[in-house]
Amino acid sequence: MWIYDKKLQYPVRVSKCDPQMAKYLTEQYGGADGELAAALRYLNQRYTIPDKVIGLLTDIGTEEFAHLEMIATMIYKLTKDATPDQLKAAGLGAHFAAHDSALFYNNASGVPWTAAYIQAKGDPLADLYEDIAAEEKARATYQWLIDMTDDVDLQDSLKYLREREIVHSLRFKEAVEIIKADRETKKVY
Amino acid sequence: MNTKLDEQYYRKLEELQQLDFGLVELTLYLDTHPNDMQALQQFNQLAQQRQQCAYQFEMQYGPLLQFGHSFSKYPWQWIETPWPWQV
Amino acid sequence: MNVSNQTREWYPFVGPFDPCPPKYVKTYVVPPNQFIPFQPMNLPQFSLQEALRRGTLWPALYSPYDSKCGKEGT
Repeated sequence: MWIYDKKLQYPVRVSKCDPQMAKYLTEQYGGADGELAAALRYLNQRYTIPDKVIGLLTDIGTEEFAHLEMIATMIYKLTKDATPDQLKAAGLGAHFAAHDSALFYNNASGVPWTAAYIQAKGDPLADLYEDIAAEEKARATYQWLIDMTDDVDLQDSLKYLREREIVHSLRFKEAVEIIKADRETKKVY
Repeated sequence: MNTKLDEQYYRKLEELQQLDFGLVELTLYLDTHPNDMQALQQFNQLAQQRQQCAYQFEMQYGPLLQFGHSFSKYPWQWIETPWPWQV
Repeated sequence: MNVSNQTREWYPFVGPFDPCPPKYVKTYVVPPNQFIPFQPMNLPQFSLQEALRRGTLWPALYSPYDSKCGKEGT
């Protein structure tokens, strides 16, 4: 089971109302390499991965939900109290028509999130390399998002999330090494 | 009831976020380095510090966890604002 | 291998009929995780305050990134 912790993993501040940036940030909310996809990908792979890396997938998958909440917080703050006209000008008119200011799991272009974003091959190496690729893609997305805003407070939180992708990527690489080493078999002999 | 979000609230919150972040990093590290005794000791030490820090924060600003992992004063404090995205 | 400088440059071919003003140098980032196959034990650590701000406990894993917002493409 999971326990909710009533605080963000990292402080999120934004310095201005910017619905357009909120629209771009939804890429990391409901996009292919976003935090929702990451959390569900890792937690779902746990059931078929070798026992020695289940802990890592559990913990990184759980951390991704903390990142999802940070992205949600950014979107919430960037659009809070924005008028329909402001949302329209930011390219969020179609979103507003369907959802008002509600968050929705779609990508920056408005395409709804789909389970097709998640790979689960049942082969430990294929799955872990998928995870490494997902982390690097998310890192790149954060770079492009950081490049698109002059809001230094928002940049600060995005830089934090970008660094987390780098650490996760390293841990998944280590998981690959653990899988390759097959230390458990050696112990038997 | 509206918890007062003064300077001290943000300072205490960040202090806890710092401890918890150290624990996140060490958790992921230990997941792939289960035999690193020194990291394990640091983890246990931080976990203890975290417990004290969280207890003090909760006494002042209300429970952080639920389903019985945090205590509550009367009336039931869990439903009080602020929620994390509001602060 | 250059671990301290995480930016790589390359010089794309510039055709005579490309309408956008050409960029003569393009860059990409190679973060430090690319040079660490398995993290060694006992690496130096940031203080807890700094670790949270930087997003990692270990300086060896830290990758700075500056926004290109408002800066002319180099």
